[in-house]
Amino acid sequence: MLNVRVILSLLLLMVTLVPSLAAAEARLRLATTTSTENSGLLAELLPAFEKANDCKVDVIAVGTGKALKLGEAGDVDVVMVHARAKEDAFVDAGYGVGRKDVMFNDFVLLGPAADPAGVNGSADVADAMNKVAAGSAVFVSRGDQSGTHSKEKALWKAVGVEPSGDWYLEAGRGMGEVITMATERQGYTLSDRGTWIAFADKSDLQIVSEGDKRLFNPYGVIMVNPQLHPHVKQELAQAFIDYLLSSEGQAVIAGFKKNGKNLFFTY
Amino acid sequence: MSFLGESFSTAVALLLALDSEVLATVWTSLWVSLGAILISTVAAVPLGGVIALRGFCGKRLVLTLLNTLMALPTVVVGLLVYGLLSRQGPLGVYGLLFTPWAMMIGQVVLAVPIVVHYTVAAVAGADPRILPTARTLGAGPVRSVLQLLLEVRFGIVAAVVAGFGRVIGEVGVAMMLGGNIRGTTRTMTTAIALETSKGEFAFALALGIVLMAVALLVNLFLNLLQQR
Repeated sequence: MLNVRVILSLLLLMVTLVPSLAAAEARLRLATTTSTENSGLLAELLPAFEKANDCKVDVIAVGTGKALKLGEAGDVDVVMVHARAKEDAFVDAGYGVGRKDVMFNDFVLLGPAADPAGVNGSADVADAMNKVAAGSAVFVSRGDQSGTHSKEKALWKAVGVEPSGDWYLEAGRGMGEVITMATERQGYTLSDRGTWIAFADKSDLQIVSEGDKRLFNPYGVIMVNPQLHPHVKQELAQAFIDYLLSSEGQAVIAGFKKNGKNLFFTY
Repeated sequence: MSFLGESFSTAVALLLALDSEVLATVWTSLWVSLGAILISTVAAVPLGGVIALRGFCGKRLVLTLLNTLMALPTVVVGLLVYGLLSRQGPLGVYGLLFTPWAMMIGQVVLAVPIVVHYTVAAVAGADPRILPTARTLGAGPVRSVLQLLLEVRFGIVAAVVAGFGRVIGEVGVAMMLGGNIRGTTRTMTTAIALETSKGEFAFALALGIVLMAVALLVNLFLNLLQQR
């Protein structure tokens, strides 16, 4: 019976493969933004916590909007994101408890070296965005309800521009893809500094505006409300938040560098 | 092009170095997809046999529906299963979302229509005298159907190969239901998507070449079974 043999050999293969997963240990689910995961920060930050608590942190790296949605549904235990207004709304609605500041960096406006909009060196980011909106080059928007997208929309609102037209590309993708797209199209985009530093050697864009206080980018950590979702691993989640805010965790964040530059700063 | 050359040499280096992280993603891809195709085969081959052998009202409709399901975008399957497995969904209490099991469930949904379709085609194309001959030689109904399946084993293995090809290479279900968690649900395809998003194109393509190599090995293995 050939079929039986095929099935049996596959079954045997399965049985030998699966037990690697069965090793039971506590798992904490963290929904966070691509900027913390893809930059490599979490890979530095998590091992010490996992070892101390004999657990594994499952990181689901998505945009801030989706991370908060996962928290709302109770599909994760903790969220670490960067969009202050959305975070406050999340807590106010009862989906999360006790938002804490973890770290910060800032956003930067990136543009091509040729700088067709003439904004290079602009300290006033709103003014720079206004010039970009004139349409001399494309602006690539995340368009994905991420923290960066929220910040970008807030800036457009501040300058009174309703972005639309041929010059405004809504990519609907992560920060890395958007920087790549802006590089290929030689256009402008808004990025968090962390992702930009990690990407700088893969792109010939440059920072054209930085330092405006409106570009401040704080990251917060929030436990998903265990009263709303009783399966949330409250103790482990609290231990994780405590670790992030401990001198040990903060030292890892402050010491994390890429291409010789700090990506995140502690308070 | 240096980009392609770099990808190829990275792929070879990855394979030779047996990088533990790459191995882990290959492992996850393999056992999740093999598990999915195993479950699909057990469910779909008998189903395909029944559909092919029995004349029933609405048979053409069922076949058309199957063909349509084969065209389902993986993301749609991902979304449907996501709705079932999320904490807000009917199966949420089991906490399956973002585990390898969730990916396996999604991949079963992807593979079953394909395996059924190919099985139906194989059985329908078999010599119509096989069943009556087996019966006259004294075989019972189950035994004679097994004999028939044995006769069309090439078609059945083709069904399994096609189903496996669909699930090992898909990214929508794995990303949406697995969540691309390092060391747990990161598969070859989600790793490729991740590296692409990080701008590591050469590394991503290298992973793609590794995936091809793995698929080649599995197909060689199935081919070997087919010939025996």
